[in-house]
Amino acid sequence: MRTILVLIRKELLQVFRNKAMLPLLTVVPVVQLIVLSFAASNEVKDLKVAIYDQDHSTYSRRLTQKFAASTYFLLSGAPQNLQDAELLLQKDEADIVLLIPAGMERDLYRLQRADMQLLVNAVNGSKGGIANGYANRVIQDFNREVRAEIAPQILAMTAGQGRIEVNFQHWYNPLLDYRTFMVPGILGTLVTILILVLTAMNVVREREIGTIEQLNVTPIRKYQLILGKLLPFLLIGLFDLAIGLIAGKLIFNIPIIGSIWLIFGFCVLNLLAVLAIGMLISTMADTQQQAMFIAWFFMMIFILMGGLFTPIDSMPQWAQYLTYPNPIAHFVEVMRQVMLKGSTFADVQEHFVAMAIVSLFFGTLAVWTYRKTGA
Amino acid sequence: MNSIQVNGISKAYGKVQAVQDIHLDIQSGELFGLIGPDGAGKTTLFRILATLLLADAGDATVAGWDVVRDFRQIRRHLGYMPGRFSLYQDLTVEENLRFFATIFGTSIEENYDLIKDIYQQIEPFRKRRAGQLSGGMKQKLALSCALIHAPRVLFLDEPTTGVDAVSRQEFWEMLQRLKAKNITILVSTPYMDEAQLCDRIGLIRQGRILSVAPPDELTAAYPHPLFEVGAQNRYQLLQDLREYSPTRSVFPFGEFLHLSTRHPVDPMDIREFLAARQHREVVVRPTEATVEDCFMNL
Repeated sequence: MRTILVLIRKELLQVFRNKAMLPLLTVVPVVQLIVLSFAASNEVKDLKVAIYDQDHSTYSRRLTQKFAASTYFLLSGAPQNLQDAELLLQKDEADIVLLIPAGMERDLYRLQRADMQLLVNAVNGSKGGIANGYANRVIQDFNREVRAEIAPQILAMTAGQGRIEVNFQHWYNPLLDYRTFMVPGILGTLVTILILVLTAMNVVREREIGTIEQLNVTPIRKYQLILGKLLPFLLIGLFDLAIGLIAGKLIFNIPIIGSIWLIFGFCVLNLLAVLAIGMLISTMADTQQQAMFIAWFFMMIFILMGGLFTPIDSMPQWAQYLTYPNPIAHFVEVMRQVMLKGSTFADVQEHFVAMAIVSLFFGTLAVWTYRKTGA
Repeated sequence: MNSIQVNGISKAYGKVQAVQDIHLDIQSGELFGLIGPDGAGKTTLFRILATLLLADAGDATVAGWDVVRDFRQIRRHLGYMPGRFSLYQDLTVEENLRFFATIFGTSIEENYDLIKDIYQQIEPFRKRRAGQLSGGMKQKLALSCALIHAPRVLFLDEPTTGVDAVSRQEFWEMLQRLKAKNITILVSTPYMDEAQLCDRIGLIRQGRILSVAPPDELTAAYPHPLFEVGAQNRYQLLQDLREYSPTRSVFPFGEFLHLSTRHPVDPMDIREFLAARQHREVVVRPTEATVEDCFMNL
């Protein structure tokens, strides 16, 4: 026990003596949390719309006005021919081009119908889809107004028939505040990555400098050495989670509905899994440079398949299986569930189980490879 | 009692045979030198005896314990100073020493006597980080850390490589004092002059022990006539002596050349040979063999 304490003390001494390390563990995560949370926004706003109006009628101008009045759209041009309209899309000066054909107003009066065309820049598929949806809403709205004026009798007819009206409420994040959704996830990701890199670099550093040689001829037992290496980083991880939660509360006023102890309890288990993976990387690498590259590889997969930006539910089935051992995926999920929904242990126990399995698996593997390398 | 016993230890790294069939018996309280060039297998042997590496064949005991079966006991009673400085550079002198003391379940105060002579020299810098010490001071700190748990056996792998001449001499004086405290010391060095300071030396080359003897015996047993030869143009001298018919071997030694011959030769004969080749300021005199001569002879 004394040996472990001495090892922990030595480890913390080294961490805090390193001038670059202290801010890296305290200030940088908070700054990252703030910057990322402000920047990482999925909201689509200020879509540039160009309207090629061939009709030049009262109605076509009213439709243009409607687009201009919408908070989602910015009028970015009024091309006078098709080539110009396409050029605007090409040059990224318009996200969407609305073509109003000549005779729209006339058709509306005569035939009670008119056609229009939307050209949507769909390089970014989801943005294109959203732009299309917004534009259709504006046009439908316009459609209803026009119908009321031109053919009130049709409107009266349809009003008589039973129509389903859907009302909806946004639960758990009533204002659809993107940050409320992102902050818990970003925080979970930051803590995981930080601890992963720290652990991956640590043991390999002792090997690179040669100090492991000196440690190995002492009576330190292997489990003592491993605990002495892991516990300091577990403490640092929990500390970072704490300052992250405080910063999230103070700066973004994110709700913490569920139990704070549940969050920390899960964090411990999650960090154990991360530490085990970090240890494994450390035993596989001979130099810090190698360890960095392996850690980098894991980091990329963990982040991109962690459900922070793209929901895991919409990944293909095989990819969803792949996210099972990913600590970030579970951490992000649990953070969101507990903080925003107030989930209890029973609701998130599957994540506890998953992390316990992952820690055991990688922990055993790390100890085993550590013995094999014998260094 | 034998403090270190090595029976037929062999170890290969892939196809490279690092050490082969090593046999050694080192007495308790002996200062034993392992002398050999770089790559001779010294470090491999150290690592096997320090329980860091498993041998392919053979067995060995350190302080009566088997290096495989009783490795825990050995680790408790062994002081090991690897060739490369391997303390924590970002911890201070005192923190390093205290760390290793605590790991061995002791304290600096408890064994202060043992390290006093050495540690006192670096104590003024005890708040300094180990990484900022000079080479000689690092060496002293490493030795202090290796001694802090009062080991029975001390392994020093090339402790004086890269250390200045004065510090080297001091270091060997320290070893003599430790020997007086009945600590068995196994030290390796590529410097032949240090070999003279050991009780016994083992010459090792290409993974094999070539001979084991006290340095005096080793040099006394040198089988060939040996001369110290000097002249103004040393390079030409070396070239010419190689063409001298009785020459067995000739190699530079300090400011002179050491010339060994196949059969006894009159120094006058050598002088005449060199005079005929226009050498000036020629010095030729019979000399005693050193460890280096013995080593070159093998």
